[in-house]
Amino acid sequence: MLLATLFAPLVGALALLLVSRDAKKALKYSSLLMSLVAFVFALAMLLGFDQTNPNMQMLTNVSWIPTLDAGFRVGVDGMSVLFIFLTTLTMPMVILAGFDSIKEQEKEFYALILLLEFGVIGIFAALDTFLFYVFFELILIPMYFLIGVWGGERRTFAAIKFFIFTMFGSLVMLVGLIWLGYYVQQTTGHFTTNLLLLREIAPTIPLSTQKWMFAAFMLAFCIKIPLFPLHTWLPDVQSESPLVGTVVVGAVLFKIGIYGLIRFGLELFPQSSFEHAKVMCALGAAAVIYGAMLAIVQTDMRRLASYALVSSLGTMVMGVFSMTPEGIQGAILQTFNHGLSVTGLFLCLGVLTQQRGTTNLADYGGIAKVMPMFAVLFAISLFSLVGLPGLNGFIGEYLLLLGTFRSPFLNNWTFGILGATTGVFVAIYMLKLYNNICFGKFPNDGSASMSDLTTKELVTLIPATILMIWIGIYPSTFMRFSDESTKALVGKLELVKFGTTKYTETLKKLHAAPAAEGTAHKEH
Amino acid sequence: MLYDVFYSLPIALCSFFGITAMLIGAFVPKKRSNIVMPYATTGLAIVLTFAALLWGRNGTAFNGMITTGMYASFFDILFASSGILVMIAARPYLQKMAWEFDEFYVLVLFAVSGMMLMAHANHLLIAFIGIEIMSISFYVLSAYMRNEQLSVESGLKYFLLGAFSTGFLLYGMALIYGATGGKMEYSAIRASVSYGSQMPTLLLAGTGLMLIGLSFKVSAFPFHGWSPDVYQGAPTVVTAFMSTGGKAAAFAAFIQIAGALIPNGGPDSVKIVHLLACISAASMLYGNIAACAQQNVKRLLAYSSIAQAGYMMMGIVSGSSRGTSGLMFYLAAYLCTQMGAFIVAAALENKYGKQLEFSDYAGLAKRHPLLAGVMSLFMFSLLGLPPFAVFFGKYYLFTAAIEAGYTWLALVGALASVISAYFYLGLIVAMYFRSHESGETYPAQPGMSGVTIGIAVAGVILLGLLPSVVMRWTGIVM
Repeated sequence: MLLATLFAPLVGALALLLVSRDAKKALKYSSLLMSLVAFVFALAMLLGFDQTNPNMQMLTNVSWIPTLDAGFRVGVDGMSVLFIFLTTLTMPMVILAGFDSIKEQEKEFYALILLLEFGVIGIFAALDTFLFYVFFELILIPMYFLIGVWGGERRTFAAIKFFIFTMFGSLVMLVGLIWLGYYVQQTTGHFTTNLLLLREIAPTIPLSTQKWMFAAFMLAFCIKIPLFPLHTWLPDVQSESPLVGTVVVGAVLFKIGIYGLIRFGLELFPQSSFEHAKVMCALGAAAVIYGAMLAIVQTDMRRLASYALVSSLGTMVMGVFSMTPEGIQGAILQTFNHGLSVTGLFLCLGVLTQQRGTTNLADYGGIAKVMPMFAVLFAISLFSLVGLPGLNGFIGEYLLLLGTFRSPFLNNWTFGILGATTGVFVAIYMLKLYNNICFGKFPNDGSASMSDLTTKELVTLIPATILMIWIGIYPSTFMRFSDESTKALVGKLELVKFGTTKYTETLKKLHAAPAAEGTAHKEH
Repeated sequence: MLYDVFYSLPIALCSFFGITAMLIGAFVPKKRSNIVMPYATTGLAIVLTFAALLWGRNGTAFNGMITTGMYASFFDILFASSGILVMIAARPYLQKMAWEFDEFYVLVLFAVSGMMLMAHANHLLIAFIGIEIMSISFYVLSAYMRNEQLSVESGLKYFLLGAFSTGFLLYGMALIYGATGGKMEYSAIRASVSYGSQMPTLLLAGTGLMLIGLSFKVSAFPFHGWSPDVYQGAPTVVTAFMSTGGKAAAFAAFIQIAGALIPNGGPDSVKIVHLLACISAASMLYGNIAACAQQNVKRLLAYSSIAQAGYMMMGIVSGSSRGTSGLMFYLAAYLCTQMGAFIVAAALENKYGKQLEFSDYAGLAKRHPLLAGVMSLFMFSLLGLPPFAVFFGKYYLFTAAIEAGYTWLALVGALASVISAYFYLGLIVAMYFRSHESGETYPAQPGMSGVTIGIAVAGVILLGLLPSVVMRWTGIVM
């Protein structure tokens, strides 16, 4: 199922190349179909996933480049299975949103979107650092063209800035991962990029070496997230991308960064993670406050939303580096939530921009009267971001803060308190945004002529809204997937740091791995 | 005698076809002299076949001056295929420019035989003869369009500076000859350069001079000065040939000579390797930074080839078998990519307007979607983005460098790649994100060169996705 999910978008992208350029309907619907097929596969994968097993499941291992022991190794654990699911969930919405907004070179557009989906799923599934890197770089190409071809006025600048920023981080990471493989060569005699093996050996690397490798990996992911002070590409990209690009960046790409922090930061380099947890949390806290301050003063709604993203990503980084099950689970859930809410938010903003052709806040007002349905769905997305109880954002926020407060690694309340300010800030700028757009006076020119959501837009928005409410009321549907693997991770971390852990049961399961993996493999 | 011929068969055949092609061009009536190009291409294809058939056979010829082994066979295949690719693409280009003469193909054959001699050499003199045969063919080829000012300038510049660097090479050889007590064979030199102890001053000076001469041939900083002008001025197909086959040949000699002169260990050889690492780092940085300022596609590719030489030198710096096989893979990957990029530029070039500036490429995606797509593929590959060929070469070389303790060099390489993103993407920006503003546009006429481009594209993708196919060959070479 994992392989089917991974390759469905690629097959779709290649199949699109065969469709004639003029068959616009066929292009649109076949790409939508392929993304839905990927979603169905992902759903089947989720259902077939064994939640009680903290190990990697659905493993595939095909030798690729034997001289460097790089292989096509894929598999999922509780965390990545959720991330893949969310990606496949978002993509159909993105494609649907592109139906109206993309008017030229549609063939390339849909092929690139599917290629992007392939890359992102690959990132989450890869269990080989080389393969991971290939996917990590692969998504740059479609993103670059998405921004550059279909973007706004300063699109060239934004596209190149995005590319160079990300590539800088990932090349440093490349050196880091080769170094890591070489370290393994020194201890075991074989160069490898096998992540499952690296996970065993990397934590034993002495801190003096480990911290440089950690830094190399963290740089790449902090740029990708983006974490303050490496966030400067985000507002440019968000304001210059086409709508679809903004949704992809805001809902999908940042997950890669968070995923990387957990998979390659905490799991590979525990000692360095303890050592630098405070620095990372401080950066997270700075991002929370800095992003919020800037969000409050923005006059452009896309820029506002992107600074809001910078701010809330700060809390997720804090959650990850609290290294408690609550914090990490909160971060995972919150990326999931954010994916939904941000998709909703940007799609709503896209609806507005498309009708009015401006992203300037001052040009809007009184929309609630003209577009009642829009106002409701927009409000739900916003309040989910604000963290209103009953909606998904609240649960995630709560867990994140709880983790940060309780963390035995940080052992400091300051971070929790700083993180908690986000609740205040987010209310200020989000309500300001809503107030500005939906209430108040119509501007004299043309607001009255705006029409409410079309069926297509409703079809795009409603699934996201349903999920937001669902998670808000019953989060464990999704959270229990990553529960065991998170506990196993925290258990290992605590064992390294304190010598004891509360999660001995889970760790025991981890050692009973071969049998479980064997069955998972057969099932697959 | 029979063995001598057998083990030098690819070189002998290539020279044979070169000479006969020249005679055909001279004596067969002009009307039928069209046959030189097919004749030369077929000849190279035969050479390629024989080189492939000799795969796996080790032996020496002419009293150990020429060796045959997988190393040489690998390069033979590389050179012959680059020659074939260039000749296929050259015909439509030269016809378009109204400059098609038989000598072009003859010179390509001679250049290929020179390159092969460099890869087969086990003796400094043979390497020197190979370098000269290749270089002289290149001098003439650069100035081939003798009415074009730039072409003549390019030829003259290349000739003068090339002759100068030859002086370094020869003087270095003379000093080594003296210092080692009359030894010219690689293995003999390697044996007499004693491990661990200080190198005698004469040997040190000779090594230094030889490395300067070779760095010139591969166009590494600070001996790169000739390459932008020569690459820009020479006919584009010639540039394609020089920057791929020529560079590969220079490295084929460089690897062998560095292996003979710089044994592992010993305070002096460590210093020399450090120096080479600095040259490598400086080339990567200089080439990529200078390329950012270019607006001419050929010049851009010329500067980027300086940087690429820097990456390749990592393989020599690491001095391990992994480094060497990585470098060989890189050369194959680079051959496909760079050849493809130059041939696309050649297809767009026109007799009336050079069509080589960025502004001429603006909006190319609308006019020639296929050529633009292929060109961006080559740019992404040169940039080192997976899953394209050059990426894997870089990965392998970085691995070799880190293994040899040159992590800083790998880091510099990574940073230089980030810089290079600016101009490689710049070309894509022009092709895709801009529209053509002013001036006439000419339709591109790829003609037969489409075959070359197609093969290059296939190479870039296959080498990127299945590198182990070629790695299996390069890995067992050393």
